[in-house]
Amino acid sequence: MKAAPFEYAVPSSIDEALALVADGGEEARFLAGGQSLVPLMAFRLAEPTMLVDLNRIPALREVVIEEGGALVGAMVTQAAAGGAEEIHPLVRQALPLIGHQQIRNRGTIGGSLAHADPAAELPAVAVALGAEMIVKGSSGSRRVVAADFFVTHFATAMGPDEVLEGVWFPNRQPQDGSAILEVGRRPGDFALAGVAARLRLGDGDTITDAAVVPFAVGDRPVASVPAREGLIGSSPGERLFREVAGEVAANVHPTSDVHATAEYRRHAVRVLAARALAQASRLSRGGP
Amino acid sequence: MTMEPVRISLTVNGNRAHAEVEPRRTLADFLREELRLTGTHLGCEHGVCGACTVLVDGDAVRSCLMFAVQADGADVTTVEALGTPDRLASLQKAFVEAGGLQCGFCTPGILMTALAMGHDPDRATDSEIRDAIAANLCRCTGYSSVVRAIRTALGQDSGV
Repeated sequence: MKAAPFEYAVPSSIDEALALVADGGEEARFLAGGQSLVPLMAFRLAEPTMLVDLNRIPALREVVIEEGGALVGAMVTQAAAGGAEEIHPLVRQALPLIGHQQIRNRGTIGGSLAHADPAAELPAVAVALGAEMIVKGSSGSRRVVAADFFVTHFATAMGPDEVLEGVWFPNRQPQDGSAILEVGRRPGDFALAGVAARLRLGDGDTITDAAVVPFAVGDRPVASVPAREGLIGSSPGERLFREVAGEVAANVHPTSDVHATAEYRRHAVRVLAARALAQASRLSRGGP
Repeated sequence: MTMEPVRISLTVNGNRAHAEVEPRRTLADFLREELRLTGTHLGCEHGVCGACTVLVDGDAVRSCLMFAVQADGADVTTVEALGTPDRLASLQKAFVEAGGLQCGFCTPGILMTALAMGHDPDRATDSEIRDAIAANLCRCTGYSSVVRAIRTALGQDSGV
């Protein structure tokens, strides 16, 4: 269908955008890349009475190096982020998995995070890295760590009068390795199951930090606690990764639908977790 | 802030276009209805089929997922920029020679995707091409002839 009629505003600053949404009432929505919102409007699953277009606010397109990390403006497109070496490798590893180039040319880092689709890659990456969301409202800015930001499917910790201004990703440290893998019917499709993983190696070939985050198998990405506990203090190795992957899979509760059964998704998580850990381990040792 | 028609000005295939459009008018519908450039096709109208692919400021985008008001000030390229039936672009000739189209419904979108790949022969590997055209659904060709056509076109010095 064609979208239902709406009012359209295109502010040139974040404060102007916030004021417009405050005046626009409950059915006012922000328009970022539109690659998730506009399909919903085409199905009339979303009928905002007002769209506040964020595409002409230059400050939201910037990537700023901040102490220990990179502050990525919410409206940095997924395509643009791919070329920004200041951003943590795991973010850039995720980008080719997002849809297709046409989608990444318009879709944004912030939009994907704010949309909070449980099958999306960037929320899982944010959780794996301990990213911080910079949320702005009429009363000021606050930072929300990724683990607290994703509440359930398509819902975040932001209030109706708040906007995601940017996201801070920490820097990769020497001896860090990361990987993200997913399975889908075709490249570019929504993931049926996926895993984002990172490892940090300390002296003596021991894992000093780790995160394994399955996605598309629950209502939001959650870092696996048993995986972290099983990895820290151990040495990387195939048997360890297989055991940890088993723990990760045992602790996800996917649902069955027309695309895949719960059993398949859980099996995929087990396979992908082991592979992602192996890849992350190779990269942390400086391998390919 | 308005639900009433909004004035926009943009460049389409090198020509200036001025119009008044409802905010909800998609770029795809604007090109087809207001500008009568019906080469851009509507397949799914929700961003999965790629039939509506055009270039906006040089980037391939799904025009069914943009509103025309968002293209104010932009430089848009549609399939009509490539050539005419009497003077096909070399990209189009490559498709004809390779049999890269049958019903032709997906073809404008695929041509725009190919155009966006640029003139870089290094990108002409089958793997790169398949990755790019995965964004466009084609029910007729089975894609092999499309890959051949694009491989030929990208390998040519003259490009488009």
